Amino acid sequence: MSESGSTIDQWAESEYKYGFVTDIEADAVPAGLNEDVIRVISAKKGEPEFMLEWRLKAYRHWLTMTEPTWANVKYPAIDYQQIVYYSAPKQNKDAPKSLDEVDPELLRTYEKLGIPLEERAKLAGVAVDAVFDSVSVATTFREKLAELDIIFCPFSEAVKEHPELVRKYLGSVVPTGDNFFSALNSAVFTDGSFVYIPKGVKCPMELSTYFRINAASTGQFERTLIIADEGADVSYLEGCTAPMRDENQLHAAVVELVALDDASIKYSTVQNWYPGDKEGKGGIYNFVTKRGKCQGRNSHISWTQVETGSSITWKYPGCILLGDNSVGEFYSVAMANNYQQADTGTKMIHIGKNTRSTIISKGISAGHGQNTYRGGVRINSGATDARNFTQCDSMLIGDQCGAHTFPYIEVKNKTAQMEHEATTSKIGEDQLFYMMQRGISMEDAVSMIVNGFCKEVFRELPMEFAVEAQKLLEVSLEGSVG
Amino acid sequence: MAHVKEDKNTYLAHFDRFEQGGAASDWFLPARKTAMARFTELGFPTTKDEDWRYTNVAPIAKIAFERADRSAIDGVTAAQIARLAMADAVGGLLVFINGHFARDLSIIDSLSAGLHAGSLAAAVESGDAVVKEHLGKHTDSVTQAFAALNTAIVEDGAVIRVESGKKIERPIHVLYLSTSTASPFVSHPRNLIVVGECSEVTVIENYVGLDGAKYFANAVTEIVVGDGAIVDHYNVQREADEAFHIGTRHVRLGRDSCATSHTLSMGGKLVRNNVGALLAGEGAECTLNGLYTIDGEQHVDNHLRVDHAVPHCDSREFYKGILEGRSHGVFCGRIMVREDAQKTDAKQTNMSLLLSEEAQVDSKPQLEIFADDVKCTHGATIGQVDEDALFYLQSRGISAEAARSLLIYAFAKESVSKIKVDALREQLDALLLARLPQGASFRESA
Repeated sequence: MSESGSTIDQWAESEYKYGFVTDIEADAVPAGLNEDVIRVISAKKGEPEFMLEWRLKAYRHWLTMTEPTWANVKYPAIDYQQIVYYSAPKQNKDAPKSLDEVDPELLRTYEKLGIPLEERAKLAGVAVDAVFDSVSVATTFREKLAELDIIFCPFSEAVKEHPELVRKYLGSVVPTGDNFFSALNSAVFTDGSFVYIPKGVKCPMELSTYFRINAASTGQFERTLIIADEGADVSYLEGCTAPMRDENQLHAAVVELVALDDASIKYSTVQNWYPGDKEGKGGIYNFVTKRGKCQGRNSHISWTQVETGSSITWKYPGCILLGDNSVGEFYSVAMANNYQQADTGTKMIHIGKNTRSTIISKGISAGHGQNTYRGGVRINSGATDARNFTQCDSMLIGDQCGAHTFPYIEVKNKTAQMEHEATTSKIGEDQLFYMMQRGISMEDAVSMIVNGFCKEVFRELPMEFAVEAQKLLEVSLEGSVG
Repeated sequence: MAHVKEDKNTYLAHFDRFEQGGAASDWFLPARKTAMARFTELGFPTTKDEDWRYTNVAPIAKIAFERADRSAIDGVTAAQIARLAMADAVGGLLVFINGHFARDLSIIDSLSAGLHAGSLAAAVESGDAVVKEHLGKHTDSVTQAFAALNTAIVEDGAVIRVESGKKIERPIHVLYLSTSTASPFVSHPRNLIVVGECSEVTVIENYVGLDGAKYFANAVTEIVVGDGAIVDHYNVQREADEAFHIGTRHVRLGRDSCATSHTLSMGGKLVRNNVGALLAGEGAECTLNGLYTIDGEQHVDNHLRVDHAVPHCDSREFYKGILEGRSHGVFCGRIMVREDAQKTDAKQTNMSLLLSEEAQVDSKPQLEIFADDVKCTHGATIGQVDEDALFYLQSRGISAEAARSLLIYAFAKESVSKIKVDALREQLDALLLARLPQGASFRESA
């Protein structure tokens, strides 16, 4: 493999393309966390009383918890008193009604990222609720969605305008005390997205949010809640990039999905936060709790994720299959290059009868990257005729990286059908040789093989996302192959 | 927690008798002391320990077992042993009653040239050089509480040594028989198998409990496979219904060696098998084969760990389980491929057949890989008897019950057929068929 050493070096040198800091004045509270900070956040968001109480309850619970250490990741201890828990771009008190009112600096940032808001909105028919740090700045296609009574708005707005829905569903999938990071999020989350699809409505367009972390040492605590009422259907996209910075940043988001009878939710993520430099310095800590509840009969929740960024990714989007005949799916591509660490997977909990789940996980490790699949499939005693299929494949590129698989399978019903398969391999030299002798360059050959390896997952992504994901993977892989 | 602490005291009391020293076996005393200190520190594992997540050993910790004494040997007749001995098929027999070596019941007078088999206690006493070199060196008494406990208060076991370049044709049979006693007892069988370069040997470790016996067997076996040697090891466990069995086996494979470890679990109330393999020499090949069939309230936990420390090694894990009643099966297999262990080829398969409403299976097939030029796969399936196959057989005029039995038998047969010792395979085959309704009817064709 020595002849390819130079290619490895070249690729390893490719830098994070999206690293820059936008110079917008931030309106932030001092670093640290106590009940007063939570009160300030709640007051700044103009929240009703019940939200403040909910936050304080979560905070008090959080104080009693200890940070979990079971994940296969290593990072220096986080000082939770050094984090700034609230930061919003300073601008008009009233949220902008249209793109014209949005800070031009902000729009330029998105342009640099290659996300022309207005163009994308028009051409792709995507309604974008862009979150810049913690406050939503622009929402498009609101009217069109409003015609169908679809609610798609920043979380803080939903708290004020639809308190009954928020009250009913917030924390119903991920309770405040679920885990250390979700408790922290519940206490201090600043904004996020809220989606409600009413009965029998099929959302006519892909809903999309671009998250972006800005302002030094601001932890980002997003809260997303998506509810698909009976017979509703929605596809939601989440994509992320973040500016280059030395300090590690904590991101502890919580995403809750609720699918009622016959409803269907598809949640797709492309995550490309700053992974740290070649020595593993800096980068985002992505400790996210994502969970969907198939509450109704015949409901369907599908998670698709492409994780290429973050210095540490630690997340397990899961499904609670409560309703009879409900279906949970998880498709994932996780990539760890340089000193990145990823401990990701899913949890499928079969409770209802005839519930089915599919898990397809593709892990790619390169450089000094460590990639772990950790997944749980539990079939409870009442889940008659439950079915699970799991496939997790790992690809190793370079001899310094690691790929680990930790599945947990618990079956308490004899009618269950459970299959788990995992393979680990490297890119075959014969495959590379074959392609190169056809005149395909080493880099192209590798990217073709990797894309083929991930195809099963990319196929699940909405069209424009699939293209972006493919590109991201190419960029992230640069310099790692030999 | 009080009872657990009290129970540690039980074992501390058992340890006392070694502490005075003054015996010829004093060379082993420091190892005992270190291990006892570790056990005291670790205590019994709880379900909060990741490795014991699905197996609760509180029932073992709760009982203040007595140290087994030698008197039980007198109560066992030669006829009883003959029934279990497979005497025609084996080249040597070591019998232990409640953990104590029964010289008179054993057959070790006419062993093949190059083969040495005997009691561990005697070997420790005489300061045998091979025992000194290997005893306690291959098992983890630092993090494994039960292995530490065994090291601390082991009394006896089998030592089997094969000189270099010898092919031992007939298997060696080590029989551990536990009898019914007035009060529950504990034994800590300890076996050491050292196989020289380019030798070949088959060892059967057989654990049998008599009806009504209540005891805890905490066994540890260390197997050292020399360069180019071939070892076939069988652990057959048919403990009594009320027995607890914790078995720890560790195999160290030298260059170009080949070792197979079979774990066949049928009996016991709470059973845990810790099987570890260290591929320490290039070109080594290791196979871990397992089968358990459990019913009622039985609990069997198979914990495997294959450590690929060097390049160019192959490993295969193949474990199957058949569960009925309210039984609970656990599988945890871990393949570890170290940084330099390129060209590793590792495969792990775990299949479980759930036959009743209340049976439960937990499976954790794990891979940990730090090298890139490797081929590693694992697969786990959990399911029931295939409806289509059942229908097919019935459509050929086979009754539903017989068809079901046939399919279960076929499922187990894949594991059983890997047993190379004919007498043992036939014995297990018969046991399996006896468990199945109408099993006897297709005995002939099997």
